Amino acid sequence: MNIIMLLVWILILFAVVMLHVAYATYFERKIIGHMQVRVGPMRVGWHGLLQPIADGVKSFFKEDIIPENADKPTFLAAPIICLVAMMTSLAVLPFAKGWVLADIDIGLLFIFAMSSLASYGVVLAGWASNSKYSFLGGLRSMAQVISYEISMGLSLVGVMLMAGSLNLTQIVEAQGDSFLGMYLMPQCIGFFVFFISMLAETNRVPFDLPEAETELVSGYSTEYSGMRYAIFFMAEYIGMMVMASIATICYLGGWNGPFEVALFPPFWFVLKVYLFMFLFIWIRATLPRYRYDQLMDLGWKLLIPLALANIVLTACFRAILA
Amino acid sequence: MEALPKEYLGILLLLIFGVLFGVLTLLVGRFFRLSRPYKEKLVAYESGNEPTEAPRMRFSVKFYLIAILFVVFDVEAIYLYPWAVSYDRLGLFALVEMLLFIALLLVGYVYAWKKGVLQWEK
Repeated sequence: MNIIMLLVWILILFAVVMLHVAYATYFERKIIGHMQVRVGPMRVGWHGLLQPIADGVKSFFKEDIIPENADKPTFLAAPIICLVAMMTSLAVLPFAKGWVLADIDIGLLFIFAMSSLASYGVVLAGWASNSKYSFLGGLRSMAQVISYEISMGLSLVGVMLMAGSLNLTQIVEAQGDSFLGMYLMPQCIGFFVFFISMLAETNRVPFDLPEAETELVSGYSTEYSGMRYAIFFMAEYIGMMVMASIATICYLGGWNGPFEVALFPPFWFVLKVYLFMFLFIWIRATLPRYRYDQLMDLGWKLLIPLALANIVLTACFRAILA
Repeated sequence: MEALPKEYLGILLLLIFGVLFGVLTLLVGRFFRLSRPYKEKLVAYESGNEPTEAPRMRFSVKFYLIAILFVVFDVEAIYLYPWAVSYDRLGLFALVEMLLFIALLLVGYVYAWKKGVLQWEK
């Protein structure tokens, strides 16, 4: 693959992902609307279909306020750090066989590295804004993300044990001979831990404490406005997509499905990712927010022991079967 | 460029592309958006009041404890990855060794639990 091909591939990837991010917001508002017996956005376009585009255009015209006490360089860089870290993790995701920008052997590790970097953006935003709400939001976010990163990292060790690789393409291919072509059944404990950690890592309800609007206004993004705020928003949704993709790849068999879809190989992949996106939204519409001490208890006292037990169990089973 | 595997070139390009996208959208927006700052707008938000004290206040030591524990457990997770990847090739010896490693770690974990580090509210 030469450099032109790479650039074209990046452009397509970027355009497709941005379109999905835009419509994920529409999807979320529509679903939550209907779950609460409302109709959601209806005015802009047929059934509000042009709403995300209108929102995007609107944020271009909004004033960009930088608080006078803010640490300016850090304040300006924080949203971009978030966005870049999230976008770079897209590079290693295989959407179908061979549909991957960078088929590297440390794929899963790379995703972890990038999602940790994204939390830098959040912490720096909280610190640089020089506002109490932002500061508390950044602090909480950091403690939450690092706590759940451990359980997430440990839950995926089970998948690595079974697949014998960190390469995401190989993980998908290794799932071929297990039940239903997925690791969902043999790794059900791991999946449970991963799913909860995934919600916490992406700061989604019921773990949206970093931006708990009833107590912290908007958390780390309180002082951000206009396009800068929109960039945080994009990063959050790309993060959701990346996490949903990782769940699909590691536990639901990636692009493999009950039958081949000839014209569009990533069909099953997209379907499964949207299943997870729907779950994200469904949970948001259903559950109240956790309290901070409950959040920490859940992460440290339940998920980490469960993940460790899953590793030991998987290793023992592998040793017996081998 | 020979030392750089070509897969990583894609990652590097995507990274550069991401930075450019972020910077350019903010720069382009500058030509469209308003800018009419005044004093009240630039003050940090505090429910409409004047900010009362320095916002970077002292915070609970519990956050430090969590950070220290994170380092311990994350290093452990990093040790588990290479083990997990080559598990099938290493045989029973690897299993016993890792069980010992996890057992040792559990001792530390139970100690931290008993000391109340994991207890957020006392």
